[in-house]
Amino acid sequence: MNHKNIDNIIELSNELRWQIGDDFHDNLTESIYADAADIVKDSVQIENSQRRFRLDARIDKIVTSKTFGFPIMFLILGIVLWLTIIGANYPSSLLADILLDTIHPSLKSGAASIQMPWWLSGFLIDGVYLAVAWVIAVMLPPMAIFFPMFTLLEDFGYLPRVAFNLDNLFKKSGAHGKQALTMSMGFGCNAAGVVATRIIDSPRERLIAIITNNFSLCNGRWPTQILIATIFIGALVPSAVSSLAALLAVIGIALLGMVFMFAVSWVLSKTVLKGEVSTFNLELPPYRPPRFWKTIYTSLIDRTLIVLWRAVVFAAPAGAVIWLISNIYIGNESIAAWAIHSFDGFGFILGLNGVILLAYIVAIPANEIVIPTILMLTVLVTGISAGSGAGVMFELDSVNATADILKAGGWTLLTAINLMLFSLLHNPCSTTIYTIYKETKSIKWTVFASVMPVVLGFIVTFLVAQFWRLLA
Amino acid sequence: MDAKLKSTCETCAHFNADGLKKLGIRTDNFDFVVALAGNPNTGKSTVFNALTGLRQHTGNWPGKTVTRAEGGFEYNNQKYKLVDLPGTYSLLSTSEDEEAARDFILFGKPNVTVIVVDANRLERNLNLVLQILEITDKAVLCLNLMDEAKRNNISIDQRTLSRDLGIPVVAASARYNEGIPELIHTISEVVNGTIICKPHRIKNVPENIEVAVKKLTTEIEKEFPNIPNSRWIAFRLLEGDAQIIKALKQGELV
Repeated sequence: MNHKNIDNIIELSNELRWQIGDDFHDNLTESIYADAADIVKDSVQIENSQRRFRLDARIDKIVTSKTFGFPIMFLILGIVLWLTIIGANYPSSLLADILLDTIHPSLKSGAASIQMPWWLSGFLIDGVYLAVAWVIAVMLPPMAIFFPMFTLLEDFGYLPRVAFNLDNLFKKSGAHGKQALTMSMGFGCNAAGVVATRIIDSPRERLIAIITNNFSLCNGRWPTQILIATIFIGALVPSAVSSLAALLAVIGIALLGMVFMFAVSWVLSKTVLKGEVSTFNLELPPYRPPRFWKTIYTSLIDRTLIVLWRAVVFAAPAGAVIWLISNIYIGNESIAAWAIHSFDGFGFILGLNGVILLAYIVAIPANEIVIPTILMLTVLVTGISAGSGAGVMFELDSVNATADILKAGGWTLLTAINLMLFSLLHNPCSTTIYTIYKETKSIKWTVFASVMPVVLGFIVTFLVAQFWRLLA
Repeated sequence: MDAKLKSTCETCAHFNADGLKKLGIRTDNFDFVVALAGNPNTGKSTVFNALTGLRQHTGNWPGKTVTRAEGGFEYNNQKYKLVDLPGTYSLLSTSEDEEAARDFILFGKPNVTVIVVDANRLERNLNLVLQILEITDKAVLCLNLMDEAKRNNISIDQRTLSRDLGIPVVAASARYNEGIPELIHTISEVVNGTIICKPHRIKNVPENIEVAVKKLTTEIEKEFPNIPNSRWIAFRLLEGDAQIIKALKQGELV
């Protein structure tokens, strides 16, 4: 290889570039299209021209129309959630029966019969095992219903239509229209949503999408919303419509999350992340009938089991921690009781309580274990006898029993509403935080993305609590 | 191998179930590198999964594959590493995904590039195909989504297409695993030299540009006699592509 020759080649290319003028790029593109047209003319035959494309176009006209686009979106979301709420009930209580009411006592008696010391059986069976069993009983059924339905919609081709509907709103808030897609992924899992932002080219818009993804209620938080809404919101109306009221409350929280996503995106794009909105082509793919069983199978294996495994991995040590802080005493108070009492004042100002705040600290690794932690800690401080003693996470057979415990713990409608708000607005789980760091490679933005939602959560719950108390 | 035939299919060269081993993510000690390119949402990931036995997430929306996925398979005792490139409509602009795809085909030197196209939208997909054929001379066209094409009453003359493009064409419905055995077999024939590709080169180029390209190509071929994509490099030089100029200076293109 001769450097002088290469320089000559480049020299020649510079010269020729002047000669052929500046439509070179367009000319070349046109040549390619002309070639493509020639080739297709010889080898492709289309009969009965494009009948199915027209069907697709007709569906698109409805699902992306100004009038029906949004109602259809909410209807579909409502149906998916409805089926999840209704359908998850029975398998959940069945799993609870097996894992908690049958296996747990026999493990305990087995441990007693081999004379395992109380602290070891407590740590392993009441801490680690119960935490894992609870997560499986509560998480597996809704995920096994929600994920396949979501995947079916995805395979069918509905997601790009959602992006199309939301594009304008995102543009107005200074963000990229593809954020609608990453937002949808976030409804399944925020960590997955953060990774999915790679489809956004502009670093500015991608950062906005990463920071605000946490406002998509993730699947670890859906069960919390559903349970609390069922207990407290559903109880406000006659029982015939109570599950409808609960459903609307949950959808309301999900929508509020989207409102926050737009608002925060807008503020960011007007302040620290200023810039132009980039345009992009969004191809609406053809509707494809999903391969039903294959989709069910892969979404169960790939998504459900992977997310469940993650929950289990995080729940096991969390269960151990809960058991430990409930059973290690400093003076005559356990660490848990001490922490709860010291958080109570701050919790009251936010319309929450010390139990909830402690539960959110323990549950940083995984949002899924918030509710069991809250229940266990409530039993611990109120001293009521529904549970199985200090540091034992348990499942209550009926929603009513859960309600009794929470009410004994001093819960009101305000506590419930603020818990739902705080569940929406708090730091991302540790996996998501780590993913944000991996994607942004910036400690500054990782910290911002983690702290900003909690601060927002404090502000919102504080305001709601003050107004509530003023008016009540 | 147990030599008990279950059907006459097994005597056919295209049926080689015993010869295929899906290697999942084990891609060490491979003999060949296969790149998987194509427009967004043509089913590249589905083809990838069918070949490797991996279950990379697939979905019906463009741009779903954000990371370059790698997997492997073994066919007739030869190991292949398969690289799933991000879907692009073109290789002429400078967005990140297009550059990633182009760089891999150019510098990664895959032994064969499988271009997955949507049979329903062949004309639009050919834009990318024709660009790739300027860069590499070892390619296979995977005419995917044939089931949909059939429903849309689109029929494609594969022989004519194959002759016009100068590369083998395999019809497939990767979702139903149709055409995948043929695709694997064709890949192996290309990498082993049984099939020699004579890729189509862009024809309808205006006279003045063609003259300029000829001049440059001649010079480039004088310097690099065995280069397969001198014409494409000429195109890029005329475009003033800084990355290609740099690569040329550092001798990375040979």
